[in-house]
Order: sequence, then C-alpha cells, then structure tokens
Amino acid sequence: MNKEKRDRLYAVLCTVLTIVFISVMLFTVEKMPDLGRADNPDINEVMEFYVEEGPEETGALNAVTGMILHYRAFDTLGESCVLFVSAVCVFILLRIDGEASNDTLVAIDRRYEPTDDPILTQTFKLLVPAVFMFGIYITMNGHLSPGGGFSGGAIIGAALLLFLNAYGLEKTERFMSSQLYRRVTTMALCFYAVAKSYTFYTGANGLDSFEGAGTPGNILSAGLILPLNICVAVVVSMTIYSMYIMIRKGGFNK
Amino acid sequence: MSVFFANLPEYAAMILFGIGLSNLMLAKNLVKKIIGLNIMDTSVYLFLAAKGYVENSVAPIVSASDLGHIEHTLYTNPVPAGLVLTGIVVSVSVTAVLLSLIVRLNEEFHTLDIDEIIHILRKRDREDLK
Amino acid sequence: MSLVQNVPAFSILLLMLCGIVCLVLPRRAARHLADCAIALVAAASVALLVYFLQGGAAYTYSMGEIGAPFGNELRAGMLEAAVATLFSIVTLLSLMGGRAHLRSDIGRLKVNLYYISTLFLLCSMLALVYTNDIFTAYVFVEINTITACGIVMSKEDGYTLAASMRYFIMSLIGSGLFLISICILYAVTGHLLMSNIQEAVAQLYAQGEYRAPLQVAIALMGVGLSLKSALWPFSSWLPDAHSSASASSSAMLSGLVLKSFIFLMIKIFYRVIGAGIVRTHAVLDLLLVFGILGMVMGSVNALFERDIKRLLAYSSVGQIGYIFCGVGLGTPAGVAAAMVQVAVHATTKAMLFCAAGGLMDASGGSKKFRDIEGAGRRDPYAGVAFIVGTLSMIGIPFFGGFITKLSLVQAAVTVGGWRNLLSILAIIVSTILTAIYYINVLAIIFRAPETAPTKASEKLKEEWKKQVRLDTEYEVAIVLFILLNLAIGLRSDQLMQIITTGLSMFG
Repeated sequence: MNKEKRDRLYAVLCTVLTIVFISVMLFTVEKMPDLGRADNPDINEVMEFYVEEGPEETGALNAVTGMILHYRAFDTLGESCVLFVSAVCVFILLRIDGEASNDTLVAIDRRYEPTDDPILTQTFKLLVPAVFMFGIYITMNGHLSPGGGFSGGAIIGAALLLFLNAYGLEKTERFMSSQLYRRVTTMALCFYAVAKSYTFYTGANGLDSFEGAGTPGNILSAGLILPLNICVAVVVSMTIYSMYIMIRKGGFNK
Repeated sequence: MSVFFANLPEYAAMILFGIGLSNLMLAKNLVKKIIGLNIMDTSVYLFLAAKGYVENSVAPIVSASDLGHIEHTLYTNPVPAGLVLTGIVVSVSVTAVLLSLIVRLNEEFHTLDIDEIIHILRKRDREDLK
Repeated sequence: MSLVQNVPAFSILLLMLCGIVCLVLPRRAARHLADCAIALVAAASVALLVYFLQGGAAYTYSMGEIGAPFGNELRAGMLEAAVATLFSIVTLLSLMGGRAHLRSDIGRLKVNLYYISTLFLLCSMLALVYTNDIFTAYVFVEINTITACGIVMSKEDGYTLAASMRYFIMSLIGSGLFLISICILYAVTGHLLMSNIQEAVAQLYAQGEYRAPLQVAIALMGVGLSLKSALWPFSSWLPDAHSSASASSSAMLSGLVLKSFIFLMIKIFYRVIGAGIVRTHAVLDLLLVFGILGMVMGSVNALFERDIKRLLAYSSVGQIGYIFCGVGLGTPAGVAAAMVQVAVHATTKAMLFCAAGGLMDASGGSKKFRDIEGAGRRDPYAGVAFIVGTLSMIGIPFFGGFITKLSLVQAAVTVGGWRNLLSILAIIVSTILTAIYYINVLAIIFRAPETAPTKASEKLKEEWKKQVRLDTEYEVAIVLFILLNLAIGLRSDQLMQIITTGLSMFG
C-alpha cells in the first residue's frame, strides 16, 4: 500500500471513529439528567453544604473560592504545581541563557519583537496601571466577589506583558530577573505548601488550627484564603511572564 | 423536541469534543493539532458549566447579611465551577509546554508536520546504520 | 491517629516542597536534596507498610478539617503502602543507576530542572496511589504527564523531542477521555470522592437508573487510562519515548509511570465503580483481549529489534500485556497476579534499563547490537544484571517472573470458557518468544569479540580496549537492584500475602 492510500484509509477510519464517538456520546447525554433541574443528582448534600454552611465556616462569601481553597485545597495545591512543572518544562525546552551570550539573546528577541508602534505604546502606557489595579483588586477580593487568585494572577500577568511591550525589555528587566522569578515563585509555593500541610495535619489529627473565619465580608477575613489567593496570583503571573519571555527570547537578561 | 433544546449545551459540548478529537487525530500540522486539543478541553468546560446551572438561580456568592439563613436552591452548584477552573489551568499549562515543544521541533527539523519529522528521523537512523 | 498514619500526606507534600525548593538551590544541593527526600519517603513508606503488617486497618486521611463527602481525602491500605514503597525505592535506584548518563545527557543549567521533574513525578505517582478523590487523581495525572515528558525531553536531541511530542499527544487524548468520564460520573452521582461515588453507583445500579451513562463512563475510563499506560494498539509512542531518553528516565518511565496508571485503573474499577458492576461490563474482556495481543505483539516486535533499548521498550509492551491480562480476568486472583507483575516488572525493567546504560558506556555510547558485542564482559555488573533480568523475564523458578506466570495461570484456570484457553496459550507463546530474544541478547553481550567475527567498526574496537571506568554509584545501584529482584523471587510468598491482604483491604 502506498503512502497516499494509507493516509486516506487513516482519514476515513478516524472520521468513522469520530462519528461513532459523537453518536455514542449524544446518546449518553440524552440518557443523562436534564439540565437545570433542581432535583438533579448533583444538587445534593455536598452542594448544599458548600453554599449554606461554607460561607459561615470559611468566612468566604464566594462559595467557589471557599470550596477550592478550603475544602478542596489539596486539588488547588496540585493545580498550582501543574503551572509550576509546566514552567519547568518550558525552561527545559527553551532556556538558553547561560550558554548563549547576551547578544544572541537580543538577536533572537529581535526576530519576534513587535515594531515600536506609537499608538500601541501610548495606549499600553495608559492601560497598564489600570490593568494592574484591576488584577490586584480581583485577587484581594477573591473571597468576597467573583474572582480569585487564578483570574487575578492571569490579569496581573497580562499587565506585566503589556508593561513589557509598552516600555521595552530593558526597563522591564531592570526588576524582572531570573533570580526574582525563582525566589518569588518558590516563596509563594512554599508558603502555600507549608501552610496547607499545617492545616491538613491539624485537620486530620483533630487538632485546633489558628485559622479563623473572621468577620465575613471584610477584606481581612476568611483565614488562610486571602494569603493563599495572593500566593496563587503571584505564581500564575510569574509563570505567564516567564513562559512569554522563554518563548520570545529564551532567557532572562543577566 | 423540548428535551433536545433543554440539553442543547451538552449536545454542543459533545459535538465539539468530537470535532476536537478528530482534529487532533487528522491534522498534520502540529499547531492545528494543539488547536484541536484546546477545542476538546473547552468542550469539557462547556459541559461542566452547563451541568452546574440550576434554573432561576444566581452565582454562589452570598451577601454578608444573608449568613445563617442561606437557601441553597437560590444558587448554582459551585463544584463544577471549581472543576472548570482547574481544567482551564491544566489546559493552559499543557498548551504552553506543547507550544514550546513545537518551537524546538521547528528549530530542529524546519517543519511542523509530525509525519515528516518521523520520516526525517527514520532516514537519519538508516544512515547511522550504514 | 498515630504519627505513622500521616505518612501518605507527608510523603506527597514533602516531595512537592523539595521539588519547589530545588528551583533556587545550587546544582549539587538540588541533587542531594532530591536523593535524601526520595530516600526519606521510601523509609517512611516502609514504616507505613510495617504498621499495616502489624495489623493496622486501612484508614482514610482527610486533607483539612472536613473529610468525606466534602473535602479531599487520601486513603491508605497495605497495598497502597507496598506500592508506594516500591515506587520510591525504584525511583531512587534508577536515579543512582543512571547518574553518569544524567551528567552527560543533561545541560549544565538544566540539572535542577531534571530533579524537579523527578520529584514531582514521584509525588504525582504517590498521589495517584493514595488519593481517594477522583478529581485529585485527574490533577495529578496531568502533573504526571507533564513531568514524564519533561524527563524524556531533558536530553534535548531530535529523537527525544519528537518522541515526547507523540507521547504528549497520546497522553492528552487519554486525559481528555478520563476527564469527560469524571464529568459524567459526577453528573449522575453528584460526588467526587471515591467511596461516595461507589455507594451512589451501587444504588443507581440497583434502581436501574442511568445505566447507559455509567456504562459509557466506565468504557471511557478504561480507554483513557489504557492509552496512558500503553496497552498494545496504543503503544506506538512507547518504544521511541523509552528508548531515546536518558537511562534513568527510561528506567522510571518503563518501570513506574505506566504502572501508576494501571494502579489507578484497578483502583477506579474496584473502588469507584465496584467489582460486581465492572465484572458485568465488556471493558474487562476488551482489556483481556488487547492485553493478550500485547503480550504476543510486543514480543514479536522485540524479536526483530536490533537496538538494545528499543528491545527493552518493546518487551515492556509485552509485559504490560501480562498486567492487563490479569486485570481483564476480573477475579481477585487475576488482579493479585497483575499486582505481582507490577512489582516484578518495575524492579526488573528498571534494572535492565540502567544496565543497558552501562552496556552503552562500555560500547562507546552506541545501543546497536553490533556495537555492544561482548559488552557484558567489559561491564560485568551490567552482564550479571542482564542474566538476572533474563531469568526473571523468562520465568525461571525462584525469580520474580515465575511467580507472575504461575499466579496468572492459576488465576486463568479458575475462569471458564475462552478466557482460560486464550490467556494460557498467550502466556506460553509469549514466554517462548521472550526466551528467544532475551537469550539472543545474552549471547551477544557475552560473545568474546576476539574469537568471533565481529561487525563492529575499527574505531569502536579501539574504544573497547580502553579500560572502562565505572562509577561506584552505578555499581551500588545495580547490586541493589539485583538483590531486590532476588528478594522478590525468593520471598514471593510474603509478597503474595501482602498483595492478597492489601486487595482484601481495598474494596
């Protein structure tokens, strides 16, 4: 069989497989509980607990934040680690600083750098403070209103990228060095892991922990949720920035 | 027919999942494969988000004055929202790794076609044996 | 709650923390920290195993103040403790056995990153072993996928990059199917914790509700996880990924990563869905048939391979087939046989990959058959390791492989019909094929190059004459690996007892 025929056979097989898959799944969905009904299996005591007891117990008015950073904190710790290991993998693949000279880095960067468009630069300059503020607001109010560490961190990361493109690499890299990235990320993740290890330990062994709910509705409430949100936001924004810089030029400036 | 429209987001999610899967299997270009993967992931989020919805309810963010007498029937299910959040983070990280892998592969082989890359490697292997 | 019961949570968190800290440490410190952390986790897991051997009951460990059904939970029993011990010891020995290769294969700047990946890989495998929450399993499956690709591609040549791309794409299809099946399970049961899902599923089955979604969810779970654990038709990515990576990475990937997904699958089938329901489902028959095909096809492919690491990789495809055959039989004895094979294959294949690294060192870095002629004489440690590995893989009495085959046959004769006949036939055929290709390898690596006509190039022969300098760490690792293999073979009744007791604690 020549290559063309084999390719066509493969394509036909894949199409048939997909069609079978889609029909099976449509059939499955048809047999599943209808959408939006209040008597569905997922509206059970777990959901009731998260919404009715959760805010009072954790102090977080946003039940989703309360759930992911208190009851299911181990998942969220794993999630931050996914970000961390993916950044590590990107480093393994793309990091060339240390081996390559600064000139090579600059040369690689020039290939991808956008031209200095005055309109974009000026708009970015106007936008950057607002976006930063918005990101910080979302992070700090994660337990009170929609948002949280992941969304806030993504916005702060985007603001960092805007800053980078508005003011150029030289200005940005005056403060964003490889060392800063490593120290801040490590500190944030370590704080998260250590703090949560403590509450896991106290929780599982039935000991008292210092974590208190505070007055729900205040910024400084909800125990560990606010600091954890800040840690997550730091990790997310740093990861986004470092991935961008790796794909763009393969390293931080020395 | 009414049932069909009630479950529309789920049907859409499943069809999208199939589209993503077929794209992942059929596309030759690696970037297109990754787009397929993202469609697949997004369809799962659509499915989950639809599952969390309860009719005539709002997002599960309560007001401080309601504490103590919250009615769970007024709010949507917070669990799928948390799961979607996790899923999005995972898919972002995976996409970043895949894209940087593509950058490296492109530097190494000057092509984005995975079949061609395997072909080049086989040829290299044969030359090695000689 | 006694102190030793904190071991599951703390081994996961310790590995995580050390992985994070490695980012800021100097190279040597990162290496030592990784070694110490893994050794500590191994010791702690042994302590937990001893706790269970002394009569401790299986327990759940809530991650936070509130446990089931609201918060995350871990669950530990004898089987989990045994598997965790095995995983951490084999990881440590693989790292030691391939250290010389790590030095040459991995860029100076990326040593820390390699150790971070290894720590997170072990962390995710332990989390998959211990978790009692199906969504936590998904998160750690993803960490596992990313870090496994990380340790493959850290060698950074064309082969590893292309191989990790294929590995990644296959794995991601698997995770996608796994995720959607979790969503279906959640939608029909409303729970994410394994024990709660099991109750809900049993109730739904008794009432006859949502039969179709449950069936589809089980099937998707099976397909998704077997994609990730390289069941035969899905194993096309495996030989490339495992043969091109650095020696330690190959040992860990082939020995452990595949097994962690199989363990997760067994756990989901028996703890999330429930044994009684899974046995009525066609997915077990599918696993059995493809496992049997894998046993034969992996061996056939290995027969024609002329590259030592690819041969070992194809042999892994065959050996994974044994595990799936055991799982597919569906009886407790079958699952026990599968778990024995997990232990035997993890130790044997990791040892063989490390020894293959030694053979390559003794042959100028080449892994082709014509270049490694007589390498077993030049590097006696690798030679002895290959002898032990071969005896075990073929299934000579007093070696691990024999126990697997014996228990698998014993499990197979109790089930009726075609399953019985087919699996015994496949075991015989695959054993013969395995014997042929492994003895062929032995013949090649112990051939005396002076007496036999050799096809190796002149340059290589010059290289052979140089005294091969071996490092102590590698020698220690190989000796420990050999001892571990012998221990598994000679103390097989204890192993069997741990597994059967563990399985009875499991459900």
